[in-house]
Amino acid sequence: MAESIPVAPSPARAHDHEHPAEPGFIRKYLLSTDHKVIGLQYMFTGMAMALLGGFLAYVFRMQLAFPGIDVPLFGVVSPNEYNSLITNHGAIMIFWVAMPVLIAAFGNYLIPLMIGADDMAFPRLNRLSYQLFLVSALVLLASFFVEGGAFGGAWTMYPPLSASSEFNQTPLGTTLFICAVALEFVAFLMGGINFVTTTMNSRAPGMRMYDIPMVVWMIVLASILFMASVGPLVAGAVMLLFDHTLGTAFFDPQRGGDPILWQHLFWFFGHPEVYVVLLPAVGIVAEIITVFARKKLFAYKTVLYTAFGTGVLSFTVWAHHQFIAGIDPRMANVFTITTLLISVPIAEMMFVYIATLYGGSIQLATPMLWALAFIAEFLIGGVTGIFLGASGSDIYLHDTYFVLAHFHYTFFPIAIIGSFAAISYWYPKMFGRMLNETLGKIHFWGTVIPFNTIFIPLFVLGAAGEHRRIWDFAQFPELASEPLRNLDKVATVSLVIMLAFQAVFLFNFFWSLRRGQKAGKNPWHANTLEWTTESPPPHGNWKQMPTVYRGPYEYSVPGRDADFWPQNEPA
Amino acid sequence: MLERLLPVASTSAGDIDFVFSLIFWLVGFWLLVAELVFFWLIVRYRRRDGQRAQYITGELKSEKRWITIPHLLVLACDVFIIFFAVRVWYDVKQALPTAPEQQTVRIVAQQWAWTFFHPGPDGQLDTPDDIVKVNELHVEVDKLYHFQLTAKDVLHSFSVPVFRLKQDAIPGRVIVGWFEPTKTGEFDIQCTEICGIGHGLMPARIHIETPEQHASWMAEHGEISVAAVTGR
Repeated sequence: MAESIPVAPSPARAHDHEHPAEPGFIRKYLLSTDHKVIGLQYMFTGMAMALLGGFLAYVFRMQLAFPGIDVPLFGVVSPNEYNSLITNHGAIMIFWVAMPVLIAAFGNYLIPLMIGADDMAFPRLNRLSYQLFLVSALVLLASFFVEGGAFGGAWTMYPPLSASSEFNQTPLGTTLFICAVALEFVAFLMGGINFVTTTMNSRAPGMRMYDIPMVVWMIVLASILFMASVGPLVAGAVMLLFDHTLGTAFFDPQRGGDPILWQHLFWFFGHPEVYVVLLPAVGIVAEIITVFARKKLFAYKTVLYTAFGTGVLSFTVWAHHQFIAGIDPRMANVFTITTLLISVPIAEMMFVYIATLYGGSIQLATPMLWALAFIAEFLIGGVTGIFLGASGSDIYLHDTYFVLAHFHYTFFPIAIIGSFAAISYWYPKMFGRMLNETLGKIHFWGTVIPFNTIFIPLFVLGAAGEHRRIWDFAQFPELASEPLRNLDKVATVSLVIMLAFQAVFLFNFFWSLRRGQKAGKNPWHANTLEWTTESPPPHGNWKQMPTVYRGPYEYSVPGRDADFWPQNEPA
Repeated sequence: MLERLLPVASTSAGDIDFVFSLIFWLVGFWLLVAELVFFWLIVRYRRRDGQRAQYITGELKSEKRWITIPHLLVLACDVFIIFFAVRVWYDVKQALPTAPEQQTVRIVAQQWAWTFFHPGPDGQLDTPDDIVKVNELHVEVDKLYHFQLTAKDVLHSFSVPVFRLKQDAIPGRVIVGWFEPTKTGEFDIQCTEICGIGHGLMPARIHIETPEQHASWMAEHGEISVAAVTGR
């Protein structure tokens, strides 16, 4: 690799010579090093885990709305099971849905295609990353079937509860949970190295830094954030594992350890993690709104630099999760300031997107609906964070349903709306056929409307003092009142409706694989490089590797007949 | 706003409600403006036949104004909110007004119950006449109390919604805080940090009593606990 020079992938690297015969199923799908196959593996695994995470939510929401009910498809929920359900719902949705789909699936699938490379810089490392990720998912799933059941100490795993089976009563479940999370981190470290290296070294000739599509930048920044923040937590996870299995005392206050140390290690990772999943979604939205508004992205460099700024600031806000955890109260003042300041770059990004719509020619196709819904809903998620970042009001709101509603108003737009936006936009490229628009719109409204009717009631419940991770509120006379219980019922019924509408998506997804309209190379008339090759792209991506002449967002350029101008088209 | 959802029963509850309302109206107003502009743009610039989108780079100073002005507004609102948030935080968590020893209670959390140590008739903790109650805290209205909070096993969190007060309890450490009840009655105490299987099953109640009620409660239980200790 001594001769490898930045921005010069060898167009002559002919993959066909490496695979003379059509590879068999195992070689093609299980042992493939093709970034597209690995991307799709991550996507399908993530979708399967999302169904599981959604099912867990359905079970515990049913218990909350109708305590003691025999939940269809599950049975009666015990307090122990309730804790396991909420813990694994959270962990699955963040570590096994948001990250694999937003970063790994789209990172793998899109980065080489959007920067004009034939594959990732380290294809075998890439394959190992997915295999390890799959193992981590299996380890997590196994924890449901061991003696004592799955871990139930919340996805944040605060010791001493998580550090001793005497306290959590899930000896094997806890060990497996910690192992699964640690394995998942290692898998993503490998993926992250690959994303950064590939983007820096394998870009098509002519693609300068400012010509890189925003989604690629955002996935790279997210990978850097992840790699910079996860180290302390991997170390912490090993310490926690030792505490739990070997009886060490890193976090045991009775023997000189400190449980608060874990919280610092966890949230030092955990808060940047929010931006790790946010940035790819923000990038996806940038691609989609420019295409469907036929507009150049407003102030490309501003978006990029605010993303840098957000990344740096995100390392300085973690203790806002710990205001009332027993840290030095003076520290809360510092973290209140940094936390509220981070609203500035994030708000700026949203303003940029809103400004991009000005003067556009907006077509409300399904991907655009998802992208616009991201902006509308994420704004609500963002501003409700101010209540929690402000130490004064967090004293009351901490660990209530207000917090829960707030972060679902951020994570749902990021992980669910963002993923649906990306899937509906790149589906034609991935599978060569179009998704059905009518079904897509039914699914869109059937998801977004119930989403709001799930979480708006939860804001009210949280403001009324309903606290989190409680199996049955009958114990609390002030919370057991009829109006509050009815709000919980509204949320649960909305969730069931929303989950039911996902069947429309699954049907559309699999039906269109065979019956959808043929997509052709560039159904959306988009500029970026992935639309200049076949749909789906062949192994090696292009027969003739592309050269780049301009930025990714040259839409509606005056003086041209076509309202788009592909990056690879000579002037 | 919060007073519509649950009673205000301590001196700091109103201050915390004020921060909540301030953020609600300030941020809510700008959220509404942003959403209205957003939806107006979608309607105004929807696709029409024969009409092309404009080519705007957003790099010119005159164009950037459209995002720099709102962003400075966000910054101004942030500073405003920080000021009030920190002030209330200081009063509730950082400052510790003095309280006489008879107005000090010890709170011990464990899997899955609260134990409340009230000073007995002698007005001191750690004496034989302490009144020890499980899941029941008795205080007198309009008196400033200190609490000494600790846990026996795992993390718990002492939360009294009507006080808008919350503090995690950490094993091996005693955290001192304060509250001053302003309203008589009986209210919920919650554990707001997940603490194992019974996390949802450790409710307790706070009894805020008038001086007369409190004195008679003290007289009744003080005697019983002295009797229990001395065997009389």
